[in-house]
Amino acid sequence: MRDTLTIRFRPVVALGGLVLLLALPLGLIALDQPFYVVLATRILIYALIASSLNLLIGYGGMVSFGHAAFVGAGAYAVAVLVRGGVTSAWLVWTAAMLAGGLLSLLIGAVSLRTRGVYFIMITLAFAQMAYYLVLSLKGLGSDDGLNLPRRPTLGLGLNPRHDLTFYYAVLALFAVSLLGMWRLLNAPLGRALQGIRDNEARMEAIGFPVYRLKLAAFVVAGALAGLGGGLLATLNGLVSPSLLHWTQSGTLMIMVILGGAGQFFGGVAGAVALLLIEEVAAEHTIHWPLGVGVAILAVVLFAPSGLAGLWRRARFSRGGA
Amino acid sequence: MTPLLRIEGLSKRFGGVTAVDAVSLDIAQGELHALIGPNGAGKTTLIHVLSGALPASSGRAVFDGVDVTHLPMHARVRSGLARSYQITSLFPNFTVLENLALALQPQRGHLFTAWQPVAGDETLFAQAQTQAQETGLAGRVDTLAGELAHGERRLLEIGLALATGARLLLLDEPMAGLGPDESQRLLQLLQSLKGRLTVLLVEHDMDAVFRLADRISTLVYGRIVATGTPEAIRAHPEVRRAYLGESAA
Repeated sequence: MRDTLTIRFRPVVALGGLVLLLALPLGLIALDQPFYVVLATRILIYALIASSLNLLIGYGGMVSFGHAAFVGAGAYAVAVLVRGGVTSAWLVWTAAMLAGGLLSLLIGAVSLRTRGVYFIMITLAFAQMAYYLVLSLKGLGSDDGLNLPRRPTLGLGLNPRHDLTFYYAVLALFAVSLLGMWRLLNAPLGRALQGIRDNEARMEAIGFPVYRLKLAAFVVAGALAGLGGGLLATLNGLVSPSLLHWTQSGTLMIMVILGGAGQFFGGVAGAVALLLIEEVAAEHTIHWPLGVGVAILAVVLFAPSGLAGLWRRARFSRGGA
Repeated sequence: MTPLLRIEGLSKRFGGVTAVDAVSLDIAQGELHALIGPNGAGKTTLIHVLSGALPASSGRAVFDGVDVTHLPMHARVRSGLARSYQITSLFPNFTVLENLALALQPQRGHLFTAWQPVAGDETLFAQAQTQAQETGLAGRVDTLAGELAHGERRLLEIGLALATGARLLLLDEPMAGLGPDESQRLLQLLQSLKGRLTVLLVEHDMDAVFRLADRISTLVYGRIVATGTPEAIRAHPEVRRAYLGESAA
């Protein structure tokens, strides 16, 4: 039976990737570059957030231009709770997921009544409303944002201020989240999502409750983005309204397109590529976004399935299958 | 016997235009009922309203004793009322088997809670295989729907509606654009449905209509001008004038 839809990991690649990610910070510390452990953590968090957006854009055909709102909801939830005296990291990160999920439920319930350009515009509008709301609320620090007086604790005797420990906590959440998304995409819900992406009207005509399915995916993506936001807040020790600005939504979208919309590792590839380009190029020129623009142009024209798609293509042509 | 589908004074207006005008019609269990009429008579609009793609302006549709007039499309499909499209509407990146398996999925339930990979669901794909056989696509199960020939696409179009487990099929011009050989295959498929399922068939191919239909209704300017057996419709003066053309009278 030919199977075009199931997403498969080759165990070698998946395990190899995981081992690499486990060893990476140790290598960086051995090379006396501990600063890069923080960068690697940031990349992992963005890889998680971009993957959640890829679930919507690449698999559900929902081009959401307001993903930053959910990231912001998670980040501010963590900031408010930590300042309020909650110390458990697991508790505040769960709250971040709930905040992202709840906000995406509200925004999705309205936005998903529309399609195409209208959907893009209405998600953008909602995210900007959230941005201005945060900006105007004194309790949330207005345009100064909020700082976190301390890092929430991980328990188990782990030192939360230790960058290496935090990296591994983020890596664990990243791995579990990606595993969950993988399971979801191969399950009936994920298959339905891909059907909706390809032919929404016909999905309804063969008996799928399209609106509810899309909303479910939207909430899952929002919750994961909220988790990502909560992790960012913990990493940075502060949150600011710029997290919710529409340019953040744009950056996330660029990550997905650059990495490959509808490729399982598209979000990951895009986050790694964009943040590394930024890191390297920003040292040499302030015009580095121009390079990103050229890269996106090249991807759209020559590799529409993105960097992750290029990797797959190389693998398949080598394997001859 | 109560009809499987009872249409009572169903109308659809677009602004000032009444596309479907107070249509009342009973379709009996097991009947193959053909709907004919000149272009623009409102046949496709009636299918849209019955399937739930467009809301009715007034009147109601009762399917199997339940008023479905205001149900969303997917709920009507789940209750056994499914349609096919005049313009083929498939999942081009799915194989034929994956298309059929997808259409089988909703009736299995647990859409939101099932976590097992679909690909490992052997019963589902066995059912899809049976469906492919019935639809006459058994030899093409591994072909992407987007790579099928036109005639095969039309077969799969109906196969998807069948796979939903429908008891009543609304078929919108299934033979549109088919060559003679392909028409023959589709005619066989429709023939095989007779008696097993109830069908409301919109079709322009008069040979097929008169061969297949138990009863025929003629729609002109959104109104039903005649309903009856193929013989009665063939002889009906108003049908001959309005539809078959003045010269035929």
